[in-house]
Amino acid sequence: MKYVKQLMIILAVSFAAEAMEYLIPLPVTASVYGLLLMLAALTTHVIPLKKVEETADYLVNIMAVMFVPAAVGIMAAMEELKQMALPLIAAVLISTPLVMIVTGWTAQFILRRRKKE
Amino acid sequence: MKEFLTNSLFFGVVLTFAAYEIGLLLKRKVKLAICNPLLMAAVIIIGVLLALDVDYETYNAGAGYISYFLTPATVSLAIPLYRQLTLLKKYPLAIFAGITAGVLTAMISILCVSLLFGLDHRQYVTLLPKSITTAIGMGMSEKMGGIVTLTVVSICITGILGNVTADTVLRIAKINEPVARGLAIGTSSHALGTTRAMEMGEVEGAMSSLSIVVAGVLTVIAASVFANFI
Repeated sequence: MKYVKQLMIILAVSFAAEAMEYLIPLPVTASVYGLLLMLAALTTHVIPLKKVEETADYLVNIMAVMFVPAAVGIMAAMEELKQMALPLIAAVLISTPLVMIVTGWTAQFILRRRKKE
Repeated sequence: MKEFLTNSLFFGVVLTFAAYEIGLLLKRKVKLAICNPLLMAAVIIIGVLLALDVDYETYNAGAGYISYFLTPATVSLAIPLYRQLTLLKKYPLAIFAGITAGVLTAMISILCVSLLFGLDHRQYVTLLPKSITTAIGMGMSEKMGGIVTLTVVSICITGILGNVTADTVLRIAKINEPVARGLAIGTSSHALGTTRAMEMGEVEGAMSSLSIVVAGVLTVIAASVFANFI
């Protein structure tokens, strides 16, 4: 019965998140509201970690499979891909190392300044 | 035969799980980041569908059910994040400043590339979520009117590139602090980069997996402003 209750809690948070998406006029998806809602519920102990742990870990574990149908969708979007292939590759090649370096430098700068103090 | 497959409820689902399992097996055997299970699975499924002359809509009528659990699974990402909350409290400034800087860099560089190539709004918002986890990026692209499947592909390629180049980029940029290394990897290349960060060390791995969710949420906020620029 444990898993029924755990899944119920997670689905209830998802449902509450859906309501937030409906009511709040921001370009934020239900899943992000739900994530923040769940985090708030865990930190305030409204939902104890033990009450959702196993089912949540299971869902996170199999999540990657849920992206597969969307990735297969590329076969129905060949025209769009042809138009965007070059900018897509350029964006990935330029921004990935750049983001890595800027994030690393910023964090390292703050960490080292704190160490000196 | 084709009629049976078209009406089958489980054909698409079984094919998806089987293809992903083969992808995982390949990754274990070949040990190359390019053998990403998600990409491999997509390639295998497209091959099977073409061979059987089944179109995407037919496949997705069954396989689409898998995505039903995407929102509950993303909600569940709060659990690993909650476990790492003590780390977050230890270096709050370095974490938030580092990830915010990274998220803004991603937005600005994608904006520049999009302007350079003259992309329209739809193509631009397709690329905006490319550095964050698919769980958040997919919904974000859909909500902003992007081409979701291309967003998923760009996220995947970004993750692979981050995974493969992390060591070199961090060495050249002289980023040596384990905390900073983890943040840099997780912010630039989400879960795929994180697997490399975990191999580097415990601190790197924890920081990287924490960055996945934090960068995802900050990107949603930043993109709501940046989406108006094109």
